[in-house]
Amino acid sequence: MIVSEKDINEQIKWAQINTDVLRSLENPRKAYWVALFICFAMFSCAVVAEVYQYQVGLGPTNLNNPHMWDMYIATFVFWIGMSHSGTLLSAILHIIHADWRKPIYRFAEAMTTFSLLTAGFFPMIHLGRVWNLYWVLPYVSDRGHWPNFRSPLAWDAFAISTYLSASMLFLFIGMIPDLAICRDNTTGWRKKLYTAISLGWTGNDRQWRTFRKTYLLMACFLIPLAVSVHSIVSSDFAVSIMPGWHITSFPPYFVAGALYSGCAAIITLFVLLRYFFRFEEYMTTAIMEKTAKLTFAIAMVWTYLNLIEFGATWYGHNMYDKELLIAKATGPYAWVFWTMIFCGMVVPFALAVQKFRRHMPTMFVVSLFLNLSMYFERWMIVAPTLSMSHQSHQWDVMWPSIVQWAIVFGSFGWFGILFLIFVKVFPSISMYEVKEMVYHRKREAELEGASAATNKPNLEGAS
Amino acid sequence: MKNYRILGLFNNFEEAFSALHDIRASKVPGVTIDDVTLNSPIEHPEIEEVLGDRPCHLPKFTLAGAMFGLVFGFLFLASAQATFLVQPQGGKPVIPLPSNFVLVYEMIIFFGVWATFFAFLFLSRLFRKRHNLYSEKVSLDQIGVIVELDKSKLDSLKDLFKQHKVLEIREEDIR
Repeated sequence: MIVSEKDINEQIKWAQINTDVLRSLENPRKAYWVALFICFAMFSCAVVAEVYQYQVGLGPTNLNNPHMWDMYIATFVFWIGMSHSGTLLSAILHIIHADWRKPIYRFAEAMTTFSLLTAGFFPMIHLGRVWNLYWVLPYVSDRGHWPNFRSPLAWDAFAISTYLSASMLFLFIGMIPDLAICRDNTTGWRKKLYTAISLGWTGNDRQWRTFRKTYLLMACFLIPLAVSVHSIVSSDFAVSIMPGWHITSFPPYFVAGALYSGCAAIITLFVLLRYFFRFEEYMTTAIMEKTAKLTFAIAMVWTYLNLIEFGATWYGHNMYDKELLIAKATGPYAWVFWTMIFCGMVVPFALAVQKFRRHMPTMFVVSLFLNLSMYFERWMIVAPTLSMSHQSHQWDVMWPSIVQWAIVFGSFGWFGILFLIFVKVFPSISMYEVKEMVYHRKREAELEGASAATNKPNLEGAS
Repeated sequence: MKNYRILGLFNNFEEAFSALHDIRASKVPGVTIDDVTLNSPIEHPEIEEVLGDRPCHLPKFTLAGAMFGLVFGFLFLASAQATFLVQPQGGKPVIPLPSNFVLVYEMIIFFGVWATFFAFLFLSRLFRKRHNLYSEKVSLDQIGVIVELDKSKLDSLKDLFKQHKVLEIREEDIR
């Protein structure tokens, strides 16, 4: 039987925490440059494809009637979903005082911000005419026309820009005390940078008091905001009358899917950071176990919502929805559908096994499968409905062209570049919060020890 | 006349707490707890209690921001939609409340969050030049107690700090 370990070693010294985390900001190793080069190469593919698409229009992407949405929108939903776990879970776990979040929330919040920045590209790219992007902004045009505020696409613009700015502020505010630590322990350009962005933080009681309230209020705002963002993204589909999209359970289904893919991405990055930055002391197997259990719970919610959707369609009376469901399971996209089902509903049962939860390479592989499932889920939302809609004369199977593939592939490179730069410029573990965690755990252990000593029965007297 | 500032660096919260407790108990006449600033590497609500009630008005700014988002958001949308009065609406409302609710909801959060952020910058008194007594050891693992006082009380306070195992004392003239 495996004995459960502590989330963190409470005997670790505060100075050691500073040393270990600041070491991760030092000159990168060869593996870092290789990873950065690969990401840059991937991003370059996207740039080339986008330049080509800009020159010749959307023709080479295979986007056409009825496939006006395709891989770009599926990828947009994927990245928006990915952005959810970082900030949302960080905020929820902060409010419920789950202190095991402390060593892992920083990179998860960074993941949120970078996912949103990546997602933001896709509506622009999908427009084709990128130069007309400003049409989605809420301003009055020359002829006195405003955007259609009844459209979920306009809601998207509001929700995503609010979420992006709130997530960035949440990430930044949470980092200020750590930036002051960096300022006090670095030299050269780094010192100048950290001095500017730590905003003169000194750690006095006024600052901590205000900081505590600010962080709590931001967390309170972010929870309903994050839920609203993905509900609104689901409304892009659900307010239409298309089969497979016009479903009441779409908002919670999207939110659960978003949390699921975000948790899977957290596990992937957890394993990578733990290995490359040697953060075994902070990103412990106990914390991985808790993250994995949370992911498993969310996977089961997502599975349940999927089954509800299938059941409601199967037993319902909408023949278009039913035919579409059958086509998903048996038609040209069947392999995508069944891969999604297997990776999203069956593979997560590995997370229920303690032995797997504690084995980092297994968790890494499992997290990749889960993310693959989540990507396929988005594809299965977008493509089959457009392939087999109400009008049978429009039925058409469509696969993305190399231009779409290149841009989607490059988006992972773009995300990788941002993330790799972040972890080398900013501390990817929150030093002050890990210190708090260590301090409080130590105090609890001491109090428990003292209490046990007081309550110890007097055996001598008894004998 | 408070013309001196003194910093005592302590090894842990317990020692800093007992020093603050003695200041609060007026063991150094003429020095009150209101003259004290506590610098620490982590937030510690329990120890801040000994400093007395120091209210934080940040939630008022947040509320103001959120209210502004509510009013401005609705007026902004409604005034934009009102320009459609000149166009045929086909029976649809000029100002549709359900869709405006979604957008106003986002604007409440947007302005609430930014108001909170700016209130944080303002109320934390960030962007101020750090005084000479700032110690980098506070960002490492030590607790700093800064007191502004009259020079005549300096020795008494130093003695008090020493009783509580202060690691280092620094002082500066702030006249």
